[in-house]
Amino acid sequence: MWDYSEKVKDHFFHPRNVGEIENPDAVGEVGSLACGDALKLMLKLDKSGHIIDVKFKTFGCGSAIASASALTEMIMGKTIDEAAKITDNDIAEYLNGLPEQKMHCSVMGREALEAAIANYRGQKIDKPIEEGTIVCKCFGVTDNKIAHAVREHKLTTIEQVTNYCKAGGGCRSCHPQIQAILDEIWQKEKEKAMFMQAKKSGKKLTNIQKMKLVQETIERDIRPILQADGGDIELIDVDGDRVMVSFRGGCVECPSSKVTLKSTVEARLREFVTDTLIVEEVTS
Amino acid sequence: MRVVYVDNNATTMVAPEVVEAMMPYFTEYYGNPSSMHTFGGQVAKKIDTARQQVADLVKADPSEIVFTSCGTESDNAAIWGILRANPQKRHIVTTRVEHPAVYNLCKYLVQNGYHVTELGVNSKGMLDIEELADAIREDTAIVSVMYANNETGVIFPIEEIGSIVKQKGSILHTDAVQAVGKIPLDLSKSTIDLLTISGHKLHAPKGVGALFVRKGITFTPFVIGGHQEKNRRGGTENVPSIIGLGKACELAKKHMAEEQTQVRPLRDKLENEILKRAPDARINGHKDYRLPNTTNLSFEFVEGEAILLLLNEKGICASSGSACTSGSLEPSHVLRAMGVPFTAVHGSVRLSLSRYNSAEDVDHIIEYLPPIIKRLREISPYGREIKERKQISEVSIRDIV
Repeated sequence: MWDYSEKVKDHFFHPRNVGEIENPDAVGEVGSLACGDALKLMLKLDKSGHIIDVKFKTFGCGSAIASASALTEMIMGKTIDEAAKITDNDIAEYLNGLPEQKMHCSVMGREALEAAIANYRGQKIDKPIEEGTIVCKCFGVTDNKIAHAVREHKLTTIEQVTNYCKAGGGCRSCHPQIQAILDEIWQKEKEKAMFMQAKKSGKKLTNIQKMKLVQETIERDIRPILQADGGDIELIDVDGDRVMVSFRGGCVECPSSKVTLKSTVEARLREFVTDTLIVEEVTS
Repeated sequence: MRVVYVDNNATTMVAPEVVEAMMPYFTEYYGNPSSMHTFGGQVAKKIDTARQQVADLVKADPSEIVFTSCGTESDNAAIWGILRANPQKRHIVTTRVEHPAVYNLCKYLVQNGYHVTELGVNSKGMLDIEELADAIREDTAIVSVMYANNETGVIFPIEEIGSIVKQKGSILHTDAVQAVGKIPLDLSKSTIDLLTISGHKLHAPKGVGALFVRKGITFTPFVIGGHQEKNRRGGTENVPSIIGLGKACELAKKHMAEEQTQVRPLRDKLENEILKRAPDARINGHKDYRLPNTTNLSFEFVEGEAILLLLNEKGICASSGSACTSGSLEPSHVLRAMGVPFTAVHGSVRLSLSRYNSAEDVDHIIEYLPPIIKRLREISPYGREIKERKQISEVSIRDIV
């Protein structure tokens, strides 16, 4: 017997905005019959970009239906940009909580919304998060998706990973791989914490330490962000406090790469290495 | 609210006669049956009566009945009891559709150096007998095959299985918790060596079970302790519950015919009416080789937990093989082993009746279940294609006519 909140029950027994929209401006579809749950979300927008109608259809358990219903209420009247900020936890909180084992229902809601927004913006629906290598064959969950859930919800055990993204909930044969992902992420976090502590202690870095830190920060904290948007970056040289980098992939043509250089690359390097770094783009 | 309880394969109501029989053993006759004084000793005599009642239901000798704490303990005691008595044999044959009491024990045994062969079932949930014959080896210590499946009610041809096990020189254990009390058993003319009984599946209380161990079978006790149960199961007897199990077995024997004359027709009506009123539904399991009380139905395009929650609102208590109701994400291993498509596994509902169900109960479910399926299908993104296809084919047939 699941312990559902009154609000979950209310949304399950009286789901809001069930149905379909004719000629929708955006459609987001996630899940499948095999997975045991699926959600189809349809949006209608006005000229100013506000969501003026939203409808859903769900195949799934009580909390899947409730999560979808809650999501439609949450995004109604919002702009696409406002709606895009909604997280799994927002949906769960709106419902006054979901049982731990049912958190993947709120994840499905957020994913359908993401898919609908991508569809509206004319982007490819397969997000980088869906790419990667399939780890959980039973539910078709990739390593990227698992890593995303681990970071976003600060998951530390396989059981939690299963609750949030279903990976490992079937035959369990992928448990060693999930553990490896967990170990890798939290080992990196531990290293990061150690760097931060070293930085705080105010000791001056040697050139070798600085170069090593710059390199590690780029690998760990910068490249994954750029790669998620189809771009990449390469470290060319470090000279005193000058860090020379070169953009790759989608970043080369991207008009906002100059902003990225300062707001992401330089900001991260200053955070994790030293506050005096200056990042420059060089062509090579 | 009216409660319609059709989850009797999960547990059953304790029969009022059983409660009545048990009560004095809490208040008046609370002595320890092992004591030397008459106050305790008189209780031992009542336990013997209960043993006789259990033996009578399955036509065994009372000396072959060992009381335990539940079906799971009986299963563990049977399998461990034989493995420990035959340490040179390290192979077990079982099926993919066993109850977790056997299924997970066998998984544990594999991790601990035993070899296990799991027999598959076909789409009707039936075993391949030839596969069984091939699976039994010289070092097969025990074959553990359930009598009737808890999820689908499918009955295995246990005597046929037993004769093969005998030919091959192995030992047969059967988990019969779902069969005992619902269909007649005769262990006096049987190939079964060990058989598991659970109290709460046949209107006795939870926390009591029994294991039939045929005379002449070498068996090492599972719960080690005092000399109780002729050194076959340590621990002071759960006297009130044992008395209750005895009474429940007596009642089951008395009411056995009703399982066919009363329960089966109700089940059949329920099943037929629901299949008539809810399209895209199917029965899981062999229609004929089945317990008289169980029906397992799958409704395409909807999910089991959602069905159960809506049934619950109407006071109807049922079960599902859906992933979301299992506590894990894995849907029913029984339905998966049968090759039931994922779509149908997620939308499965088990309705299991007892002699305490009435025609009104069945009518109540017939009234409320089909609209629930319809309502959930209206929310579901699936199924429209099929509906449209059907409409098209109807149109074309009409056109041709």
